[in-house]
Amino acid sequence: MDLGLNEQQEMLRRSARDFLQKECPKQLVRQLDASDSGYSPELWRKMAELGWLGLAFPEEYGGNGGSFLDLAVLLEEMGYNILPGPFFSTVVLGGLAILAAGSEQQKKSLLPKIATGELLLTLALTEPSAKYDAASIKTKATAQNDEYVINGTKLFVPDANVAHYILCVARTQPKKNTEDGLTVFLVDSKSPGIKCTLLKTLARDKQCEVVFDNVHVPRENIIGKLNKGWPIVADIIQKATVAKCAEMVGGAQAALEMSVKYAKERVQFNRPIGSFQAIQHYCANMVTDVDGSRFITYKAAWKVSEGLPATYDVAVAKAWTGEAYARVTLLAHQIFGAIGFTMDHDMHLYYRRAKAGEIAFGDSDFQRAIVAQEMGL
Amino acid sequence: MDFRFSEQEKAFQKEVEDFIKQELPPRYTEKSVYWPGGYGTIAEFEEIIPEIDHFRHRLGEKGWLTMSWPREYGGASRTHIERAIFGERMSYYRAPGPEVAVLIGGPTILRFGSEEMKREWLPGIARGDTKFWLAYSEPNAGSDLVSLQTRATEDGDDLIINGQKIWSSGAHIAGYAWMVVRTDPSAPPHKGISLIIVDNKSPGITIRPLMNICNRHSFNEVFFDNVRAPKKNIVGEKNKGWYYLMVALDFERLITPIGGFKRTLEELTQYARHTKRNGQALCQNALIRNKLAEMAIQTEVAYMFFWQTAWMLDRGLMPNIEASLLKLFTTQLSQKLAEVGMQVLGHYGQLDETSKCVPLRGRVCLGYLDCISALVGAGTSEIQRNIIAMRGLGLPLT
Repeated sequence: MDLGLNEQQEMLRRSARDFLQKECPKQLVRQLDASDSGYSPELWRKMAELGWLGLAFPEEYGGNGGSFLDLAVLLEEMGYNILPGPFFSTVVLGGLAILAAGSEQQKKSLLPKIATGELLLTLALTEPSAKYDAASIKTKATAQNDEYVINGTKLFVPDANVAHYILCVARTQPKKNTEDGLTVFLVDSKSPGIKCTLLKTLARDKQCEVVFDNVHVPRENIIGKLNKGWPIVADIIQKATVAKCAEMVGGAQAALEMSVKYAKERVQFNRPIGSFQAIQHYCANMVTDVDGSRFITYKAAWKVSEGLPATYDVAVAKAWTGEAYARVTLLAHQIFGAIGFTMDHDMHLYYRRAKAGEIAFGDSDFQRAIVAQEMGL
Repeated sequence: MDFRFSEQEKAFQKEVEDFIKQELPPRYTEKSVYWPGGYGTIAEFEEIIPEIDHFRHRLGEKGWLTMSWPREYGGASRTHIERAIFGERMSYYRAPGPEVAVLIGGPTILRFGSEEMKREWLPGIARGDTKFWLAYSEPNAGSDLVSLQTRATEDGDDLIINGQKIWSSGAHIAGYAWMVVRTDPSAPPHKGISLIIVDNKSPGITIRPLMNICNRHSFNEVFFDNVRAPKKNIVGEKNKGWYYLMVALDFERLITPIGGFKRTLEELTQYARHTKRNGQALCQNALIRNKLAEMAIQTEVAYMFFWQTAWMLDRGLMPNIEASLLKLFTTQLSQKLAEVGMQVLGHYGQLDETSKCVPLRGRVCLGYLDCISALVGAGTSEIQRNIIAMRGLGLPLT
């Protein structure tokens, strides 16, 4: 058993912490939150130079040959600092899907461009039902000569407003077993018939409604095999779920540290509020949640990274971490009092993202249903 | 990172498991009503049961009671991960494991005791012959242990002890008190305390049973009336007992009966799968599924705290707050598990172990009572939070 990060991962963690602190101050976070694009091309270019965008791609595709676990370490730091932008969409939802299921030609043409920062991607999976199962996918793709024509509405698609390509999951064959007959298409976001509308969200992240109205896609843009798209989607949901947990762990750690620092400084009744047992116990509860989330998340990330069956562990991690992050930010707000209830203060940046993270890829009740299933109930 | 056991660790886990299956009295696991985290239903606290003693002696022969001790004192020089593996399997089978002498007394003597004391006490402890009870708490010194008042005055080669201890688990079945007494009342409270071993048979000791909430005799109140104990039984130096006590906290880090949580959850899960109400299996009820899943999730988190603590100890890192996190988290889980158990069992949850129709041997009914002790015994949840906040996060005292 070895429960520690290796030297390279520790280095990655430290350099990510320093870089983001310097290059992505909260002022920029606020600016990007308020903007329509939600990301900074300049910061994106720097991240590409650092090799972050291709961190988990093999070297032959212009990547750094890192593991999924390495990516989890980086994502934790992105959650810690808060990094707005399409990293998650491009690398986790798009890049890892292409890496896992794309043809050699697709990998060669797309992954290096993701790594250099030229290409932004996203995954259009959920629809107005807002569920993560195969049965909920109503968007259809119909064969027409050498093309497919996609019709349907995707909702809560992250970063579609800036993505160059959208991986669209569509039904290509009606089947009794809803997991059959789905196909993943790589769709140029500039294709005629695509209408993207930015939604206004709690976390001020960039989620979109994407309407596909007779959108033509060449047959060679299918990722994986025709009608066999669901395993690709399931794999990417699993990776994205753990990746989201890693981000949340980082955010929770930051919320804890900010609270402890404030509790030591803020004086009421002639003493730091951190000397009051009520506040101390809040902080202790926060540590329990932060550390527990980190351990359980890294266990799931390690399993995914090793290619081991991880359905149970991923659901466990997400169910716990989602609620834990929410609890941590709530206690943090309690410690900050009124100042935390202002737009000027940073805590709401975390509080907002905690809820968004909890919802993403299935909330805790959804995950507990998976856990129950895996327990043999 | 690698969350798998090494080949050596796997082999050891199997060895432990095989041993338990072979040596544990027949159907012991099924018969035991022990609730994980609780202190009120530990069978070996209640009476001397020859088969438990035999099992413990067999552990002693393997060197497993004292697994982390050096080999020269009867230990097996195992890693903390291996200790954790042992503890996990033992608690999974509800097997009677190491007690106070092994877990706290021995390691403290090893670290601070004189050579003479080591020779006198360690072999018996390692064999499982010598048992201690923890004589710490007093009527007016619970969480605030440093204010203890039991007084020991010097008289020739002896100390003469007067006072009272309480919540003394297993005092009636152990041979000796592992005891803190006040030896210098004029010094600041934590600088006037000594640690001493006192023979239960000494004249002047009265042990009176206290029936716990489960209506079992696990703990006692113990009165000391001019009890003589030889000075050579003082552990380390006089008046340094408080320091030894603080260091000894390190020895108790992996005591959590982690496997017991898994076992109990498995039993509840099986029950939900096989029990029908109005033709529908309990496990088809979405609420019950949700609650049991939440218990599985929290058990997984608890396991991670457990392995993490062992892993840190093996790397020479100081898990300063991990022990408190582990204690805090698992004892809360003890209580939640009892609550969920009650919900799964419904009306049947209230049936006592001796009742007709009782499911799971009444473990849940007893556990619902016993789990109260989990959050109170061995440092309350509030004390654990204080430790995490002050020692871990550096929050100020005033």
